[in-house]
Amino acid sequence: MKTSPSAQTSIEIPPTAGFPLVSQGEGAKIAARDVNVFYGDKQALRNIALDIKPNEVTAFIGPSGCGKSTFLRCLNRMNDIIDGCRVTGSINLDEEDIYHRRIDVVQLRARIGMVFQKPNPFPKSIYENVAYGPRIHGLARNKTDLDEIVQTSLERAGLLGEVKDRMDQPGTGLSGGQQQRLCIARAIAVNPEVILMDEPCSALDPIATAKIEELIDELRQNYTIVIVTHSMQQAARVSQRTAFFHLGNLVECNDTEQIFTNPQHKLTQGYITGRFG
Amino acid sequence: MQILFLIAVVLGLMLIGFRFGRLRSVRVTGGDARQLHSLPTYYGLYVALWCGLPALLLLAAWMALEPTIIRMIVLDSLPPDLLLQPDGQTINDARLSLLLTDIRNIASGNIASQSEPAVIAAAGRYASLLQVSFGAMVVVVLSVAMGGAAAAYRFIAPQFRARNRVENIIKMMMVACSLVAILTTLGIILSLLFETLRFFTEVPVTEFLFGTNWSPQTAMRSDQVGSSGAFGAVPLFAGTMMIAMIAMTVAVPIGLLAAIYMAEYAPRNVRTVVKPLLEILAGIPTVVYGFFAALTVAPLIRETGGLLGLSVSSESALAAGLVMGIMIIPFVSSLSDDVITAVPQSMREGSYGLGATRSETIKRVIFPAALPGIVGGVLLAVSRAIGETMIVVMAAGLAANLTANPLEAVTTVTVQIVTLLVGDQEFDSAKTLAAFALGLLLFTVTLVLNVIALHVVRKYREQYE
Ligand SMILES: Nc1ncnc2c1ncn2[C@@H]1O[C@H](COP(=O)(O)OP(=O)(O)OP(=O)(O)O)[C@@H](O)[C@H]1O
Ligand SMILES: [Mg+2]
Repeated sequence: MKTSPSAQTSIEIPPTAGFPLVSQGEGAKIAARDVNVFYGDKQALRNIALDIKPNEVTAFIGPSGCGKSTFLRCLNRMNDIIDGCRVTGSINLDEEDIYHRRIDVVQLRARIGMVFQKPNPFPKSIYENVAYGPRIHGLARNKTDLDEIVQTSLERAGLLGEVKDRMDQPGTGLSGGQQQRLCIARAIAVNPEVILMDEPCSALDPIATAKIEELIDELRQNYTIVIVTHSMQQAARVSQRTAFFHLGNLVECNDTEQIFTNPQHKLTQGYITGRFG
Repeated sequence: MQILFLIAVVLGLMLIGFRFGRLRSVRVTGGDARQLHSLPTYYGLYVALWCGLPALLLLAAWMALEPTIIRMIVLDSLPPDLLLQPDGQTINDARLSLLLTDIRNIASGNIASQSEPAVIAAAGRYASLLQVSFGAMVVVVLSVAMGGAAAAYRFIAPQFRARNRVENIIKMMMVACSLVAILTTLGIILSLLFETLRFFTEVPVTEFLFGTNWSPQTAMRSDQVGSSGAFGAVPLFAGTMMIAMIAMTVAVPIGLLAAIYMAEYAPRNVRTVVKPLLEILAGIPTVVYGFFAALTVAPLIRETGGLLGLSVSSESALAAGLVMGIMIIPFVSSLSDDVITAVPQSMREGSYGLGATRSETIKRVIFPAALPGIVGGVLLAVSRAIGETMIVVMAAGLAANLTANPLEAVTTVTVQIVTLLVGDQEFDSAKTLAAFALGLLLFTVTLVLNVIALHVVRKYREQYE
């Protein structure tokens, strides 16, 4: 999957600006325009323009280091906590600029949940892991409410059956796949509108992966989902739309079927057929 | 001097052995080092270790035993009447060591006094024995070094597992080093224990442990009156605990909050400046803290107390405790800062990603995960506080009051140990032996504190991967 830098630089990169955006669609959940991201002096993303539609799964693909995670982390302003990271341009969530001064980052992150590449349950009990979000946002009026939220979240994440007898055991004691589903349960317990997933299956075996993909498909009913993946098959299986990044540029974004059957751009074609990356 | 030269020679031999071992290992394979089991360096090291280790060990043993043996030989050869007192008794140890010092002095050429011919003869023997011994030592040590090197050198063959051998030897050296540490601790505890037992033959255990009166002045002569001595350790421990407690009340909140600021809020460049600055606090000599406490803080407290209508003695537990608290802030802050920064970034991201604020993240995720390390820092600070002497001497006084009022003068265990042992003392009076008992008790108390803290931590910690 890895591209050697020399191989990358030998490929000519088209400027993203001017490249036809397939969807300028009305009613996008998230609309990004002219997004540039810098780490210190180094530019990681160039003029990204992208729409993410509600109740769909959008997949980000592209070779390692092309900026998928960076862009994903822009969407819930997770880059704010990185020293020296600067974001320009605009990203709208429901027509509201999330980088506007008025926006409360904390509230924003409650609306846009995130699941990370490496499962990172808190070193607390399974119950406490899921209850964490509802507690800090005061979503439950009393203990029964909270129990209810924890139960349904675990249920939705497809984990309840496996853990209901050991809710007070540490979440770190679960298997990798279970931990990742615990993190998903933790994210949906806050009842977000969008869930961002950064390679959620990269540490999991095929069975756990299949479970999570199934889960993503179900979650689509209620949430808008963005997923970063290195697996073409996974992108093809779970997503409705796919965006292909390359060296900090958004090369192509289209319906998943289109991308995989009839890519518009040479680079995309090369990548999905495995000629590079 | 000569010994140092001998050691240098052995080290030189090791170096030569290393070179030759490495060379030979390459040569036995006909120049193709890949056929060797281990890298050529290991063969060199193997020869060097066999050259140096036995020789140096032998040297150490020789130097440890030599004085005793020579002394025995010299004493044996002295004419018996030198060892007798006029009344026919054997002379006591003190006289004997005086005699030996004489002999040694004369042997090394500083004629101290006009001595009897027998003593001068003994000195001559002493000097020649020393010479013989040194000569023998050089010969033996060097031949052991060469012999070891030669034997190891002959072992070198392509299939010889030099790396495993060398690693084993190094492992054993590490075991020996940790043994030294453990045995030293053990030795200290045992010596404390024996002296303490001697103390308890003179003062009952119950009086020491539960007595509330401490005035360790025993009579020098039996006809003195009014100074029979009281050895109740309770006031000392009460004073120690009070001062340590005051110090911790100052140091833990300040240190912890400073650590949280440095680790979670401060921009990186602020942190790189502030952290070393805070650590300087730990580098100030305690004497300086001591006179700061005695000359500045104590009067301040007394005046403030006076304004409020409280009676404050000029030396108070409060003054000592406050200043000691300042002194141990860096122990809490620096260690806590390290463990807080060591909590993986993924924990923070997980929490922020759920919409938690910074303070919620710190309170609910970071702090519990860092708890064991923080408690470790606090414990270190506590033991510093308990062991600290200088500030207490200068600011809290020497009077063993049993009081719960921090405005009065108190004293601590360590301070009393010092006052018991300064000046001319006989080493078997109850007064000096009391120092050992105090030391042992203090050691036990800190040990118990540590064990309790470990248990608490184990119960409440949240372990991250
Ligand atoms: N914290 C950071 N500081 C500096 N540079 C960074 C940082 N994070 C990412 N980068 C740089 O930004 C570019 C994009 O990184 P990003 O993590 O977004 O890639 P990615 O597409 O997610 O790759 P992968 O598939 O390997 O996860 C890379 O060149 C990377 O070196
Ligand atoms: Mg990534």
